[in-house]
Amino acid sequence: MAAPMVLAEAVHKRYGHLEVLKGISLEVDARQVMCLLGPSGSGKSTFLRCINHLEQINSGRLWVDGTLVGYAERGGRLHELPEREVCRRRTEIGMVFQRFNLFPHLTVLENVVMAPVVVKGEARGVVTERARRLLDRVGLSAKVAAYPNQLSGGQQQRVAIARALAMEPKLMLFDEPTSALDPELVGEVLDVMRALAEDGMTMVVVTHEIGFAREVGDTLVFMDAGVVVEAGPPRDVIANPQHERTRTFLSKVL
Amino acid sequence: MPVRHPGRWVATAAVLVLVAMLVHSLLTNANFGWSVVGHYFFAAPVVRGLVLTLELTAAAMLIGVVLGVCLAILRLSPNPILSSSAWCYIWFFRGTPVFVQILFWYNIAALFPHVGLGAPFGPQVVRGDANTLVTSIVAAILALGLNEAAYYAEIVRAGILSVDHGQVEAAQSLGMRRIQLMRKVVLPQAMRVIVPPTGNETISMLKTTSLASVAAVTELLYSAQQIYARTYQTIPLLIMASIWYLILTTVLTIGQYYVERHYARGTSYELPPTPLQRMTGALAHRTARRRVAAVGGAAPGPLRGPG
Repeated sequence: MAAPMVLAEAVHKRYGHLEVLKGISLEVDARQVMCLLGPSGSGKSTFLRCINHLEQINSGRLWVDGTLVGYAERGGRLHELPEREVCRRRTEIGMVFQRFNLFPHLTVLENVVMAPVVVKGEARGVVTERARRLLDRVGLSAKVAAYPNQLSGGQQQRVAIARALAMEPKLMLFDEPTSALDPELVGEVLDVMRALAEDGMTMVVVTHEIGFAREVGDTLVFMDAGVVVEAGPPRDVIANPQHERTRTFLSKVL
Repeated sequence: MPVRHPGRWVATAAVLVLVAMLVHSLLTNANFGWSVVGHYFFAAPVVRGLVLTLELTAAAMLIGVVLGVCLAILRLSPNPILSSSAWCYIWFFRGTPVFVQILFWYNIAALFPHVGLGAPFGPQVVRGDANTLVTSIVAAILALGLNEAAYYAEIVRAGILSVDHGQVEAAQSLGMRRIQLMRKVVLPQAMRVIVPPTGNETISMLKTTSLASVAAVTELLYSAQQIYARTYQTIPLLIMASIWYLILTTVLTIGQYYVERHYARGTSYELPPTPLQRMTGALAHRTARRRVAAVGGAAPGPLRGPG
């Protein structure tokens, strides 16, 4: 059995005296989709950001595809890696943000093309070809020359997904990808994510979309106050939650 | 009937009278010496001074911008030694008059007769006799450039801080290093905030180069001064220099307008038309209206420039 794509062991994270992650242990196998659910402040987004080292962890271990994220272990202690190494590992992990964070000074096509050219040193022609294919896949081939502010939120988020995919990552992280969208635009983004999951992408998705978690997720993890309250197949967790906190939360969002 | 504004009529009349008085004085007061202004306007020393003024401005702004960007990035560095040394640089050069700095560099040989590697107060690497190295022009460029860097660093820093942190995170998540994301993501967006004050600084620099006249740099003002020291036509030559400064700053203002438009890409749905586009638009509109009037149709709606 190959190593899981994401493996977390007792991950702790503190901001000053505030402990936001109190020992998170989970694993996501390759080609699986894990959805993280929980009230705001439960630490789910923070945990997601630890996976690509946008946040440092205080203790525990976090591996992506068998490699420690952001650290090297020497003599049982974690030593933070130099920037170059951190960045090299991030190239294998795509991330999509709640507020899209497209680069507003670049066109849609340039948004998608830039990182592979700048970071990986790939030939612009090759990347442009791939970018057009990806934009076609997210249904935006007509918008390549537009600037992000000329697009709807749903379109922007689909460009953001294409931008992350252009780096050809092994793993995709989604941080509440539909929370900033108008209700009628949520569907188009979820459709793209569903198609991505069907193609076998490993995904960790922080979301409030219970329907998406049920249909697309292989695992559903419910977090509250920095701990994993329960985890399991989405249908079981949603239909038959074992913990009172899960029940209370689900009764509010369903 | 629209509301009447009697106050506006009074104010308009007053302004018109003042303008008329000014024009009358310009035309009739012989002390203005317009013929002298015209006589020296393209004189060889004046044109040479003009070119030197432009060269000084370009050289000092180049030093100011390059060093200023470096200082701003240092100032935002997580390393406390780097950020505080940038802070000290800015503190020192903003805290002393640029006039004094010009005099200081001009007289640097009195402090360091021989300049070796790594002179203090400046990053330049030179060796040899200070008097021959730091000519009056070099002194002026150093003083103006190093002083400008201190101000420009703060402008760049404000620009960098104006960029949403989400942009940095998005770039980081794509594996970009700090220097890459600065160049490709943060600075291009900071430009929108940086460009207007840069135009301001360039215009200000163009005029500040006249301070170099104290170091006997034969820029525009000093050239004029050399002439009136001989001919005693002080006012006409100062007017001539002022007109040249006005012309140059006007050209820079127009340039700034177009540079700003360039960096406004992606920030508004559609840029407003440039004055040139508006003018051609107005002409097209007028011919259209004349044509419509000729066939007796209604005049077209309110004027709109092409998008």
